[in-house]
Amino acid sequence: MSKHLTDFILHLADSTLILGQRNGEWCGHGPVLEQDIAITNITLDLIGQARSLYQYAAKLINEVSKLSESEVPPAEGFKAASEDTLAYLRTEREFKNFLLVEQPNSDWGQTILRQFLFSTWQYYLYQQLKEKGSDTTLAAIAEKSLKEISYHVRWSGEWVIRLGDGTAESKKRMAHAIQELWPYTGELFLPAPYEKVAEVDFDKLKPAWFKKVSDVFNEATLLVPQHVYMHTGGKTGTHTEHLGYMLAELQYMQRSFPGCEW
Amino acid sequence: MIKRETETGAEAKIWSALETIPDPEIPVLSIVDLGIVRKVSITENGEPAITITATYTGCPAMDMIAIEIRMKLAATGYKQVTLINAISPAWTTDWMSEEGKQKLKEYGIAPPNSKQQVCDQNLFAEADAVQCPQCNSYNTYRISEFGSTACKALYQCNNCKEPFDYFKCH
Ligand SMILES: [Zn+2]
Repeated sequence: MSKHLTDFILHLADSTLILGQRNGEWCGHGPVLEQDIAITNITLDLIGQARSLYQYAAKLINEVSKLSESEVPPAEGFKAASEDTLAYLRTEREFKNFLLVEQPNSDWGQTILRQFLFSTWQYYLYQQLKEKGSDTTLAAIAEKSLKEISYHVRWSGEWVIRLGDGTAESKKRMAHAIQELWPYTGELFLPAPYEKVAEVDFDKLKPAWFKKVSDVFNEATLLVPQHVYMHTGGKTGTHTEHLGYMLAELQYMQRSFPGCEW
Repeated sequence: MIKRETETGAEAKIWSALETIPDPEIPVLSIVDLGIVRKVSITENGEPAITITATYTGCPAMDMIAIEIRMKLAATGYKQVTLINAISPAWTTDWMSEEGKQKLKEYGIAPPNSKQQVCDQNLFAEADAVQCPQCNSYNTYRISEFGSTACKALYQCNNCKEPFDYFKCH
């Protein structure tokens, strides 16, 4: 029961952290200064949300390990689980993020599209977590994050329309980005075993997401793909080759110097 | 703004000390003006417990603010201080004091409009007119929804042509 809850929280945290890390690669490379600032602001929000989630997961893990001695002790150099041990010392197989967020950056259009697909998912899921409120900490994190996510959905949605309904070149790139990323969206609505405990209502989540995405694609004169093969596995730890490289960079310092601070 | 009920002398002293701590990113405002300090209480053994809340989840100034509070209260005579980081209720610009809004404007940052006005989820929603802090004109436009920090958007005045930061509603 409790293991399922921590796994669910880690799934949310990992997805948010990994997308933050990917977006962070744009820092200093955005197409114009204002948009460089926008994507890095969004990155900051994502990492902030991930921190809240990791802190909550660490608290739950530490409560459980007090109860049972058999629980695996936190990594060497650390007295207890913390946001840092969870982000920096878990392996690729332990990460539960969507495959969507670990895909490498290509052009600005692809980054915008990924943000829009992800933020829209986040928006409707967090609405559920906030409204249900059976887990008050999760509901509080969801409520606080939703204020930020609303900006992200609006900003990225506007960009999808601008680029889709823009020049021939921008439209071609957006269509290409959709072709590239759509096969990773099936996983957003494929329940993992640990999601039962969170009572996520996928029957509501998927149509809400699909309607929002279709509306924006329509306005952007972009087509919604039909009958696409969907890649899955990220939520349960089977990742594409890209995650390992990301973690190697993300975790380097804590792996080399456990517990280091500056 | 926060209601401070039945405040003891020690609590009042701590509030006054906290009012002198500037926000690291908007130094014209104190952390009390911004609504970051939510509660001050004294524990049974006479130590202060301060509840603070972040404006945005990723606000990089929070660690700095925690250090500032500890240093200020140490100088006020409190060596042991408990800091509680509250997520709920979520911070909102409604908590900014009127005095704080005035100080912001004088500093050249447009203070947040009241809540109902700007938080529209529709795409390309026209944000309500934001007043230029320099010449008071409402003839302004948004350059970018994201500005120099998470809590600000970038605007320009059509009247006096000055670009300015707007502390966006949240
Ligand atoms: Zn002006």
